[in-house]
Amino acid sequence: MQCYLMIIVETEGSEEEVMETTGELNPNHYPAQRAANAARHYVNTRYGSPYKVFMLHKVHSGNAEDVANGRKYQLEISFQEMLSNNTYKGSAEVLYPREGPGSPEVKVSCAELEAYHKTQEEEALYQKLKTSVSMLSAQELPDSHGRIEPDMEPLWSLGIVASSFIMLKESTEDTLYNMAQVGSVTQVFTETVELKFDYLVLLHDMVSQEIIRWKLQFGWSPLGGVKVQQMEKIPHRHT
Amino acid sequence: MDCGIHAREWIAPAFCQWFVKEIVQSYKTSVDLQTMLQNLDFYVTPVINVDGYMYSWTDNSTRRWRKSRSSPPAGSGCYGVDLNRNFNANWGTVGVSFESCSDIYCGTGPGSEPEARAVMDFIGEMSEKVLCFLTIHSAGQLILLPYGHPQIKAPNYEELVSVGEAAAAQMKKLHGMTYRVGTSPQILYPNSGSSRDWARLSGIPFSYTFELRDTGEFSHLLPEEQIQPACEEAYAGALSIISYVHDKSFRNSTVPNGDSSRFSPRAVLVTLLCSCLSVSITVG
Repeated sequence: MQCYLMIIVETEGSEEEVMETTGELNPNHYPAQRAANAARHYVNTRYGSPYKVFMLHKVHSGNAEDVANGRKYQLEISFQEMLSNNTYKGSAEVLYPREGPGSPEVKVSCAELEAYHKTQEEEALYQKLKTSVSMLSAQELPDSHGRIEPDMEPLWSLGIVASSFIMLKESTEDTLYNMAQVGSVTQVFTETVELKFDYLVLLHDMVSQEIIRWKLQFGWSPLGGVKVQQMEKIPHRHT
Repeated sequence: MDCGIHAREWIAPAFCQWFVKEIVQSYKTSVDLQTMLQNLDFYVTPVINVDGYMYSWTDNSTRRWRKSRSSPPAGSGCYGVDLNRNFNANWGTVGVSFESCSDIYCGTGPGSEPEARAVMDFIGEMSEKVLCFLTIHSAGQLILLPYGHPQIKAPNYEELVSVGEAAAAQMKKLHGMTYRVGTSPQILYPNSGSSRDWARLSGIPFSYTFELRDTGEFSHLLPEEQIQPACEEAYAGALSIISYVHDKSFRNSTVPNGDSSRFSPRAVLVTLLCSCLSVSITVG
């Protein structure tokens, strides 16, 4: 028979020992970090492209409060663009709904981000894929060793941007999503202006440590950005 | 130092190997290291979760495996236990699942898994003599102190924080990478049954989890060109903690072979343990 001794140490009530989830937040602690990650997904849905992917750089300050329809986080936050390493500082508001499923409502204000314009590389990629005879397809970005062929990197970045729509939708105070891998990408023939893609993406939730698969179909053009048409979660395969 | 509790966190076994290489190579030219190796024994297990690690190398579909590969419990089709939830440290209380298909399944009881059992038995025998326990993981760039339970605080919490912060500062000097320091419930998530918590509860005063690169871009699928820099900064962090721990106990020892310490010097010994030899695992 096993006996356990659990020792609970009474803290002395000093602020830094208590895990704060409401009011002034410690920017390095998980509540602010998770909300910031949701804001990052939002930024990618709005400003992301095959050549522009935003990561979380730093949370400077955060505040959380209970409001009528949910939990509202206000953050001072810096994002970092992956390719250029430029950082963008701004403020974000993340409102998690109180009841039922529902994605958080996010607002981000950052003047430098709003100065968005399509780049030469985006236009070049668009033209190349629009005019190519065969439909592009690829698997495993990155592969098991973290490798991505250089000309596949834009498709990987595009996968992160498109995944951000899912990750934003699925974000709660108890999740922290990153895209772990593009399982597969297939370009779909279309006569519309935008390019069209079928993606299988693998998302990692840090809190549950689960890998969750999603199928996505979306359109992309340099001026229109990413527009998701279909998304479908794939049930967990048990092994 | 334990590495490779989680199969997919490949940078961890890589770091254990790097650590041993650095020690063995630098020892000849570093007076500090010579002194530390005079007074301390280092035990390194490069891959605790041998079954899971090998499985994760099988093919692309297994790369992201996390748990061990123990047989499914009756009525389930899912293999494996999250070994870092299986240690006898507030087992099953928080941050776990009792569903065998979950990636944070904590097993049928504390130490139910041979891998965790082996570590507890081996270290348990000598725990009063152990000064420091480091468990290496990815990803997130974090230095985690005990405990994973949000309401339990280690008696030397302040010291653990300051030693952790000093380590993070050393790590940042190398390649500019930021590592956040705190308890798991503060900066990551609450959890129980971790090797770090077990070590601290056993009385080992300094116990840390290192979550190495990166912060989400590649996560566990770290590219090859980041392996060496990740190992270099991890080494700087580990050495910072080990030096502090050593100096705290052996303050009076200033030169190798010096007799001024009130602790009797131990024989210089670096033991490299292969998990495949020391852990007896029944493969389902």
